[in-house]
Formats: sequence, structure tokens, C-alpha cells
Amino acid sequence: MAISFEKAFGVHQYTLRVREQRAEVLSSNIANADTPNYKARDLDFAAALERAQSRQSFAMSRSHEQHIGAGSQFAAELGYRIPNQPDTGDGNTVDVQTERSKFLENALEHEASMRFLNGKIKGLMAAVKGE
Amino acid sequence: MSLFKVLDVSASAMSAQSVRLNTTASNMANADSISSSADTTYRSRQPVFAAALDRAQEDQNAVGVKVAGIVESDKPLLREYQPGHPMADADGYIYRPNVNVMEEMANMISASRSYQTNVQVAETAKSMLTKTLTLGQ
Repeated sequence: MAISFEKAFGVHQYTLRVREQRAEVLSSNIANADTPNYKARDLDFAAALERAQSRQSFAMSRSHEQHIGAGSQFAAELGYRIPNQPDTGDGNTVDVQTERSKFLENALEHEASMRFLNGKIKGLMAAVKGE
Repeated sequence: MSLFKVLDVSASAMSAQSVRLNTTASNMANADSISSSADTTYRSRQPVFAAALDRAQEDQNAVGVKVAGIVESDKPLLREYQPGHPMADADGYIYRPNVNVMEEMANMISASRSYQTNVQVAETAKSMLTKTLTLGQ
């Protein structure tokens, strides 16, 4: 009987990737908290996960290194956050408190996925060793 | 791995905030630098931040910060009549810089808080990376 890693790891192998991507987006928001006209962004988790699972990505080929890449790489899942207060004067929509708590939440969810995966790996190891 | 980019992004923010702290320090240090002509008077310097979007990359999740430039404030200088001052010009006026020390204090606190936040982000990213590297051990 073959061991299917795909089935054993389930959804967690994909969620890890999406969590890492979300960490990138949220860290960019925190980094640009003082940048004029920067708009806070976030990842649509459900759509990003679905895409990561089906592994659809297409990009237009670039024949020159200065061409702008017109890929669909996670662009569709990226949205702009609706600010919870009117314009602060410089066109920036980052609320550092919100972004920090989202970043922390994302890190904890990443940790949860890691624990699930660790558990699965331990189970597989036990099966392999036959102990 | 995308978590390494988190470290790049927070590093770019930290260096931008330290530029801001630098200009603040320079402004506060020169708040009392008196001059005898308007041209040679110190003017308050402020950094301009911009999102580092210029690289044509396909994956634009991670956007760092860059300092687009440092501008000198256009606010009018303080012209004071002090004929007895050694730096006074022919008409007896001295020029003080247009530095607002209160504004600079607020700027300093804001910059150091932002720096701190980015250090925490980098630390969280580091612990996420460490956990990923020890997966299955």
C-alpha cells in the first residue's frame, strides 16, 4: 500500500504557502505605515487557497527584461482594505494596530498549520518505522 | 521562500525610519543655528517616503519602502531684530531656522515607534521561518 503524501498532508501544505504570502502583504502594510498615498492591502484567503490548490497560474511571456510582467500570480486575490476612518491627510490607509493584530493572527495560524503538519509527519514516521 | 521577503521589507522600513530619525536629529541639533543671511540659514529637512514599486516584478506581494528624497521646508525663517548680536547683518537682523522643535519631537517618537514595530515584524517572521525549517524534526 503506497503512502500518499498528497492525502496525508491534506490542505495544510497549501495553507502554509498562502500564510507566508499573507505575511508578506501584511508586513508591506506595516512597513509603509508612513508612506504617503500607500493603500493597505490584504489577501483574499479563500480565493488564494483555492488557487494554490489548483495551481493555476499563467503569465505573459516577457521578451525584454524591462517589460512589466503581466502575470496572474496572486494579483486577483489581492484587495485593498476599506479604511475605518476618512482620509488622514496624506492618502495613506494603513491602520498599524489593525495590521499588527492581523500579522500576529496570521503568524498564529501559520503555527497551527505547522503543528498539524508536524503531527502528520510524526504519524507517517511511526508508520514507516513500525514502532 | 516568501518569508525571506518579509525580512527584506521590514529592513527597508527600518532603514527609512532611521533616515527619518537622522533628519530629526539634524533638525533639532540645528534648531538654534543662527545665521546672518536668509540664504545660509539652516532649513528644516524632511524625508519623503515612497512605496518601492518600481521593479517590474510579477509577484508584487512584498512592497518595501524607499526614501524618495529629502526636502527642505519652505516655511518662512524667523527674522529677528538684534543689533547687538555678533551675527547680525548690516540692518541689525539675525535669522533663525524654521525648525519646529515640538513637531520634531513628535516626529522622533513616531519614527522610533515605527522602527520598533518593524523589528517586531522581523522577529515574528524569523520565528515563523525557524519553525518551517524544523518541520518534521
